[in-house]
Amino acid sequence: MAVGTIWAVVEPSSGGAATNGLELLRGARELTSTIGAVTFGDASGAAETLGDHGASTVLTVDTGNAMAGVPVAAAIAAAVEARGADGPTAILLPQTYEGRDIAGRLSVALDAPVLANVVGLEERDGRLVAEHAVFGGSTIVKAAFTTDRVQLFVVRPKTFVAEGGAGGAGAVEALPIPDTGRPGATTVVARHAEERIGPKLDEAPVVVSGGRGLGDKERFAMIEELARLLKGAPGASRAIVDAGWVPYSYQVGQTGKTVKPNVYLAVGISGATQHMVGMKGAKKIIAINKDREAPIFGIADLGVVGDVNKVVPKLIDALKSR
Amino acid sequence: MHVAVCVKQIPDPAAPGRLDPETKTLVREGKFVMDDSDSYGVEMALQLVQAAGGGAVTAISMAPNNEIKGVKDALAMGADSAIVVSDPALKGSDALSTARVLAAAVTRAGDGAGPVDLVVTATESTDGYTGTTPVQLAALLDLPAVTFVKKVVCDGSKVTVERQTDEGYDEVESTLPALVTVTAGVVEPRYPSFKAIMAAKNKPCHVVGLADLGLDASQVGFAGARQEITEVLAAEERKGGDIVEDDGDAHLRIVSYLESLKVI
Ligand SMILES: Cc1cc2nc3c(=O)[nH]c(=O)nc-3n(C[C@H](O)[C@H](O)[C@H](O)COP(=O)(O)OP(=O)(O)OC[C@H]3O[C@@H](n4cnc5c(N)ncnc54)[C@H](O)[C@@H]3O)c2cc1C
Ligand SMILES: Nc1ncnc2c1ncn2[C@@H]1O[C@H](COP(=O)(O)O)[C@@H](O)[C@H]1O
Repeated sequence: MAVGTIWAVVEPSSGGAATNGLELLRGARELTSTIGAVTFGDASGAAETLGDHGASTVLTVDTGNAMAGVPVAAAIAAAVEARGADGPTAILLPQTYEGRDIAGRLSVALDAPVLANVVGLEERDGRLVAEHAVFGGSTIVKAAFTTDRVQLFVVRPKTFVAEGGAGGAGAVEALPIPDTGRPGATTVVARHAEERIGPKLDEAPVVVSGGRGLGDKERFAMIEELARLLKGAPGASRAIVDAGWVPYSYQVGQTGKTVKPNVYLAVGISGATQHMVGMKGAKKIIAINKDREAPIFGIADLGVVGDVNKVVPKLIDALKSR
Repeated sequence: MHVAVCVKQIPDPAAPGRLDPETKTLVREGKFVMDDSDSYGVEMALQLVQAAGGGAVTAISMAPNNEIKGVKDALAMGADSAIVVSDPALKGSDALSTARVLAAAVTRAGDGAGPVDLVVTATESTDGYTGTTPVQLAALLDLPAVTFVKKVVCDGSKVTVERQTDEGYDEVESTLPALVTVTAGVVEPRYPSFKAIMAAKNKPCHVVGLADLGLDASQVGFAGARQEITEVLAAEERKGGDIVEDDGDAHLRIVSYLESLKVI
């Protein structure tokens, strides 16, 4: 294939490789057969999983206690330059905290522009074309680079579906980190994890999200209860994250998580475009909102026009008594 | 302490966006406002300077048509001065070119009001939302960066921040000067008083061109972006389904729907 070698950045998650990284490997497999997975932290030990998901080589970066962005980008940039024509023609990064940090640094180090918010990738006449969803997902814009620099694509999670069975463990190679100078001076001194039970928000088959229509912080307990009864994960609109009702990690949407559950329940959420881009991919959507004109009803498979304080407690009782 | 805060000026986000059929880029017209996302950065900058016992906040913005309305919002909130880079050649700039321009402007701010200790930006803009500009800016300025920050404490030559993560937050330390990006909700942006709005009219707002900053037109705008839009299509529309008014039994509809989907 004309596309050449593709590298995908796979970040760590709960002791292994993050799903969004495995998704990138799946996307790369559609385009080429020579794939490198660039990993750091706990993902470096996941060579077998990465190989199974399509990585022929696993390139590891030992970031220690540093924030990942600077050292990982420096190591990749040096490796790209050292490899010359044998190096990657494209690098896929997840649209996450670390992914964007790495992409920004790489872009400057390699003097390469970035296409971000990618929701699809295809090959057209030997060049890579990226898809972007704009205006709340109502319009698709396709874009491509006009330079022969390494192509940097920052891809939204859930763009591809992770799939194993592609082969054995890849060959592992440690990438050295060149001196990163002043920018390398950030260290993580402590990590704080919030207690969360049940499935992860971006992997749960059912997501129940609450919005400002709940009225106050205490009523988010209804959302958690409903999520628990449906074996799903609770989520939130940005309005209530900003209001401090729930942590940022609950946020669904453009600036938060992209979710594609079998069922998404939007409770007291208006359906702003920035919220919808994060959940429009759900198989089925159920919305409860007192305003018949709320935009969320435009995409809901089942819409209930009603007061959350009346509908939700009854729904919880009905589910409990089953 | 000198804090430079990036302020993007955008068309009123409530007005529906559209693409220029010719260049296929976002049409930026009408009344401009300060991107709401940046009001948090401005507030953070003001609080940090106050906590440091004094200093200056310089607002930095890049805009194609001598636009300063949105920057006036930042000055009204309390920023001391502003540098706006405006040039017809900036039209079509991508994140990397934008970062290049902002970097030159931050450097200029340092020449003016003393070395910049901290650069503050939003995590992502409302209309562009690439979220890569800030880190590119940090890289061009050879600064460390801490992104997705919810709390910042500056202490002389060091900054300690709480950085949001998927699981919770990390405590991160960095040397100064540095760049941080903040998300909405981390501070409560102040509403400028009428007096402050009037006072903002007399604050220094320097509008400079590319040449003033020693930048070349080939590094920015459509030329610098080195990417092109190949196609614009309507996305497959997701259709709404049944809508029912709650008559006291709507929860039963939800239960039977969940049953039909085999969720319960
Ligand atoms: C750059 C940018 C990025 C953004 N990113 C995100 C993002 O990632 N995720 C996100 O969610 N938002 C995001 N937003 C914010 C988004 O534009 C909306 O402001 C937000 O989604 C609104 O949240 P909401 O639906 O909870 O609140 P509202 O829009 O206030 O809606 C509340 C709804 O509750 C209904 N309601 C009120 N009372 C009741 C009741 N008793 N019973 C039933 N219904 C009731 C109302 O009719 C209303 O429809 C972003 C915005 C910007 C500018
Ligand atoms: N033209 C600009 N002028 C000033 N600041 C900008 C500009 N473009 C981007 N920024 C800053 O960078 C952040 C991220 O922008 P973006 O990469 O477009 O998501 C914005 O929220 C601003 O703080």
